[in-house]
Amino acid sequence: MSMATITMARDRGAVQVADVRRARRRQNLTGWLFISPIVVGVVAFQFFPILVSMAASLTDWNGIAAPKFVGLKNFTEMFSDDPLFLQTFKNTVYFTLASIPLTIGIGLVLALLCARPIRGVAFFRTAYFAPYVTNVVAIGFVWFWFFQPDNGVINGLLDQLGIHGPQWLSSSSWAMPAVIMVSVWQGIGYPMIILLAGLQGLPAEYFESARIDGAGAWQRLRFITLPLLTPHFLFLLITQFITSFQVFGLIYVMTKGGPGHATSVYIFNIYQNAFSYGKVGYASAMAWILFAVIAAVTYLQWKLQKRWVFYT
Amino acid sequence: MRLVSKTSQYVVMSLFAIVFLAPLVWMISASLRPEAKVLSVPPKFLPTDAHWDNYRQVFELIPVFLWNSVKLAGLNVVGILIVASMAGYAFARLKFAGRDAAFMVLLATSIIPGIAYLIPQYIVFRQIGWVDTQYPLWVPKVLTPVFATFLMRQSFLTVPQELEDAGKIDGASTFGIYWRIMLPQTKPALAAIGVFTFLESWNDLFGPLIYINSENLQTLPVALAQFQGEYFTQISLLMCGATVSVVPVIAVFLFAQRYFIQGITMTGMKG
Repeated sequence: MSMATITMARDRGAVQVADVRRARRRQNLTGWLFISPIVVGVVAFQFFPILVSMAASLTDWNGIAAPKFVGLKNFTEMFSDDPLFLQTFKNTVYFTLASIPLTIGIGLVLALLCARPIRGVAFFRTAYFAPYVTNVVAIGFVWFWFFQPDNGVINGLLDQLGIHGPQWLSSSSWAMPAVIMVSVWQGIGYPMIILLAGLQGLPAEYFESARIDGAGAWQRLRFITLPLLTPHFLFLLITQFITSFQVFGLIYVMTKGGPGHATSVYIFNIYQNAFSYGKVGYASAMAWILFAVIAAVTYLQWKLQKRWVFYT
Repeated sequence: MRLVSKTSQYVVMSLFAIVFLAPLVWMISASLRPEAKVLSVPPKFLPTDAHWDNYRQVFELIPVFLWNSVKLAGLNVVGILIVASMAGYAFARLKFAGRDAAFMVLLATSIIPGIAYLIPQYIVFRQIGWVDTQYPLWVPKVLTPVFATFLMRQSFLTVPQELEDAGKIDGASTFGIYWRIMLPQTKPALAAIGVFTFLESWNDLFGPLIYINSENLQTLPVALAQFQGEYFTQISLLMCGATVSVVPVIAVFLFAQRYFIQGITMTGMKG
């Protein structure tokens, strides 16, 4: 081979490498152009605010004047010097612990009812699901009037049964159960749909062989259906915890946290601190405690799944 | 053997249906009653009057709120479908440096509760003069559709490679392949995201509540809550407003139920 051909070959190789490099650069550019809107959005509207919020949680700030650095004072104040924080936390735990088993439990019953292919099942499924898509303002107002102590619908119906109903939303012990009832009524559609999808995906062979072995309907439910649905239950526990712990809309419309602070929940308290009292630093600190609680509980649920979730 | 007979199943299902529908039926029938007959003892659920004058009165107030709700829902749906489908396509089908890392980072943001960034967002928007405008109700949402991007990515992953190759051989540009060949293949996912976004935008309470003060900019559901003391002091009129705020959502839901349920189960268990 002469020198000339070797040089030419090397040049051609160099040109090819440059081509490949240019093509790759083009590919990279195209890819990033496609994702640029969401990247810009997430950086501008989430990352940047998250950094501001982290910094703000360490300050005394009303959102207008210059923030004053106070270290961890917001966090210590919450737990040692703010009875309202502790009460709203307790209220939120109450709300969450009551509404999760009710939504998932009744959701399961409805899913089992809707799983059988009977005539008109689509109507029933739609009916159970309708409150879920309805806006919380309309729902909140309807139930607000339902719960009127003197001439409301609920006490009117109880009256027919000879029961003298409580004061509901104006009673500090009945307001929370009333709100929980409405929230469960509205929220049940979601677990129902998830569990229904789960039921419809169960392998029919299991039920066939169980039937041949003489297992009754109750046994099939207890030993086949429920174990096979445990991954769905885990998913629902995690998502329902996250949404229940951040309940806001129904409380805002139905009680505004009252009477007293009987139904004031965590997000409602943050909302008031940030947007009514202008305590932006303090509200940011509360938001991070909320994140810590949600992250910890989710992690725990994920870790504990080994004990009860059944994977085929 | 069956756990319950068919008849008893119908009875139980009907009882549940009454519990779930009665408040909505009451809302509609209360909207048609004269004010004095709204709360009666014993309570009445079915419509007894057809007092259409309530609706005439309410429609003197609400067209502007209704329009704001429609406009914002439209902006959110169209914007999110474009942004999420472009990003979802790139994450599923294009090869570029940093792709997987970028995708993981995007997904990771969804574990931070919204309230943590809503407060600083509010302060930033106040600085740039966006408070009491409708921008905060669609610009940040349209540019951060993380969940929708995830769904679109899943959907684009299922489209057969041959379609894309055929486009390349025909010399179509990357954008052309995305827009004309791939996007039409993901219609079910687009429909699911569209329905979700519509409902979310229409039913949003927090955003309009903190950002909008002017009457002429408010959305319908939040206007009911915010101006209740001024315009909707009568229960019958409030229920008219509530009914009007619910009807479009129920209509969309009935029309697109299949996609909606598909969307829920897609986000739920398979993802």
